[in-house]
Amino acid sequence: MSGGPPKALPSTGPHSLRDMPHPLAGSSSEEAVGGDSTPSPDLLMARSFGDKDLILPNGGTPVGTSSPASSSSLLNRLQLDDDLDGETRDLFVTVDDPKKHVCTMETYITYRITTKSTRVEFDLPEYSVRRRYQDFDWLRNKLEESQPTHLIPPLPEKFVVKGVVDRFSEEFVETRRKALDKFLKRITDHPVLSFNEHFNVFLTAKDLNAYKKQGMALLTRVGESVKHVTGGYKLRSRPLEFAAIGEYLDMFALKLGTIDRIAQRIIKEEIEYLVELREYGPVYSTWSALEGELAEPLEGVSACIGNCSTALEELTDDMTEDFLPVLREYILYSDSMKVRKCAVLSPCQAPHFGIAESSHHCGCGSVLKKRDQVQAEYEAKLEAVALRKEDRPKVPADVEKCQDRMECFNADLKADMERWQNNKRQDFRQLLMGMADKNIQYYEKCLMAWESIIPLLQEKQEAK
Amino acid sequence: MEQAPPDPERRLQPAPLEPLGHPDAGLEAVVGEEVEGARDEGSGDGTMTENNFWLKKIEISVSEAEKRTGRNAMNMQETYTAYLIETRSVEHIDGQSVLTDSLWRRYSEFELLRNYLLVYYPHVVVPPLPEKRAEFVWHKLSADNMDPDFVERRRIGLENFLLRVASHPILCRDKIFYLFLTQEGNWKETVNETGFQLKRVADRLYGVYKVHGNYGRVFSEWSAIEKEMGDGLQSAGHHMDVYASSIDDILEDEEHYADQLKEYLFYAEALRAVCRKHELMQYDLEMAAQDLASKKQQCEELATGTVRTFSLKGMTTKLFGQETPEQREARIKVLEEQINEGEQQLKSKNLEGREFVKNAWADIERFKEQKNRDLKEALISYAVMQISMCKKGIQVWTNAKECFSKM
Repeated sequence: MSGGPPKALPSTGPHSLRDMPHPLAGSSSEEAVGGDSTPSPDLLMARSFGDKDLILPNGGTPVGTSSPASSSSLLNRLQLDDDLDGETRDLFVTVDDPKKHVCTMETYITYRITTKSTRVEFDLPEYSVRRRYQDFDWLRNKLEESQPTHLIPPLPEKFVVKGVVDRFSEEFVETRRKALDKFLKRITDHPVLSFNEHFNVFLTAKDLNAYKKQGMALLTRVGESVKHVTGGYKLRSRPLEFAAIGEYLDMFALKLGTIDRIAQRIIKEEIEYLVELREYGPVYSTWSALEGELAEPLEGVSACIGNCSTALEELTDDMTEDFLPVLREYILYSDSMKVRKCAVLSPCQAPHFGIAESSHHCGCGSVLKKRDQVQAEYEAKLEAVALRKEDRPKVPADVEKCQDRMECFNADLKADMERWQNNKRQDFRQLLMGMADKNIQYYEKCLMAWESIIPLLQEKQEAK
Repeated sequence: MEQAPPDPERRLQPAPLEPLGHPDAGLEAVVGEEVEGARDEGSGDGTMTENNFWLKKIEISVSEAEKRTGRNAMNMQETYTAYLIETRSVEHIDGQSVLTDSLWRRYSEFELLRNYLLVYYPHVVVPPLPEKRAEFVWHKLSADNMDPDFVERRRIGLENFLLRVASHPILCRDKIFYLFLTQEGNWKETVNETGFQLKRVADRLYGVYKVHGNYGRVFSEWSAIEKEMGDGLQSAGHHMDVYASSIDDILEDEEHYADQLKEYLFYAEALRAVCRKHELMQYDLEMAAQDLASKKQQCEELATGTVRTFSLKGMTTKLFGQETPEQREARIKVLEEQINEGEQQLKSKNLEGREFVKNAWADIERFKEQKNRDLKEALISYAVMQISMCKKGIQVWTNAKECFSKM
């Protein structure tokens, strides 16, 4: 199932693949992974990830945290320190400060987007704008349109599936905010997407709606051409590596789904255990009130169980807030990349399928599929030429164009896939280590509680 | 050895029975004090701080009775009557009372309280409870515990019982009595509850561990499609399996602890058995004393010729004529013999009773020491077990984390 090692194709971005910093680099304090990781891991990681807002001096490691911690802090981290990644990191975007707006027609939430950049594409070094989900949706569509050969990160789901969830609840808004932040950060770290015009406008424009109305789709050359690729060409065979990618993604999505279910189940079981624990502890207190010599030990046991209950609650909260959302994003990500045709929307074969429909991010407009289409068209045209049996020395211009398109597409996609794979590896390492960490902390808290009452239990009663 | 003061609360004991309870009351009083001291150690400073409450005036009432159905120890449906106990403290100067506690108790709980008091205050005559069974309802044919008249009479009886205990200078300070009025559970129930809750907790914990086992499988499957991440995932999965299977040992230990708790309950049962025996002996003694008293009375009347007690012989004599002096002498002689016998019996029963109390008391003290020791050990092993579980957990997750770091 593994394809060949990725070749270093001429890249489409300003930096070569090898020099590219990991979008989420710095999550590992251990080895630098081959040549893929950021040049200065020491400077980037080992922060106090528990303190989201804490900005630590360069390379400082807070006492006690020798390991990367939760991914939520990773999501929320704002690197203001310019020294740390000098040459490569010159754009920082953060999503925060959700606010509720109540208007006559509707109620909605906006988020503050803060941008700091030294890039020439930005007139000012710093921007702060407010955007709502709709705007993010618009951005994503525009990106898909204008950069059809690239993997666009997923957005959190637009609609709340579980009808009972309140979309203005603190929990929901916070989860969404983190996901939106992640979305923008992924784009920020992409060598091509981060320079996209629409992205720029999204980050900087005071009045986004006016811009939207202009409908100025500034497409790249490739984008323009891909947009007009019609469907209906049958692909003979996919190149090995893309076939491998497709198969991998299918399997990966399956496994992720399973892991998501397991994680949710574990949290559910833990919560039920917590409920029982919270009833169990006080019974010892009641009992203690009825005893003489044993009153103190029993009371101690009760308090101990109480402490363990609290520790467990912290564990379940952390897992719900930090672990599940990261899984969710990857599920959405891999879903948006799959080749399989989407069952939701029928006009998959629409001529201008580059123009994304509303807000569903399924496999329908998937990049892999588009790539297949481009290749199919090229091959068909090539065949048509060959069949004409003309004795031409060179290939007609339009076929050449097709070939061009296909090769660009392949290159972009390959580069993105490699980047995606690297990120995925980093993210999951981070995520799973975080999960292990949280469990370790839980057991350590419980251990401390129980160890502290041993002396109390062993205490000899003085003759009274 | 000091003599206990004459107890104003004498019931079922007609006046002539002065000797009962006194000559060796000192022994009992000493034993009693020890008990009190031992019992108060839990409260820390002699008298319960809550019992200072009793220095204020309180009103206790058994205000309501209610029919209830529930499940008994054999898990069978049963119907019983519950009684509402309300406690009011008379706080304000104008005598207005404030309801401070109210809870429901059934007859068997009153019994338990009385038995407890009997054991812990053997020198005190504990007020009696109303009848357990509706044996004798004058104007009704059935002996029904649900009979409204019976219930009403019982309600009054229970109220009197509580009032008497509350007004007794020693009994009123008892912690268990206080809890009886203020706290729904008693220690036997509580210990039972601990056992049940422990089982529920263990079941849930089992679920948590076992679901983690699924990670093992899925990580293994996932690792098959990964290049660099594969090894880390695979070995981490193995640790998840280890984690999931570790719960089996843990639960075995928890069951052992639950068994130890159950054994502790046997102590409670033993205590009740002793109380019951003591009550029976007490009853026996009182019957014998009554009998003796009535015989003495008869004898006196025969000797003096006055009829104060009702006797069949007396009646028939009145109806069918006087008896001869010889007959009377004979009867007196018989009675005197019986009285002698009776007095002997009473003496020996008395002695028996005191012996019993002394031994039973020693037994109970021993039980208590043993129980406390055993329970402490059980708690320590429980804590040790928890510690071991935590350490295992830390170990497994540290291993898993190590594997994840190699991903």
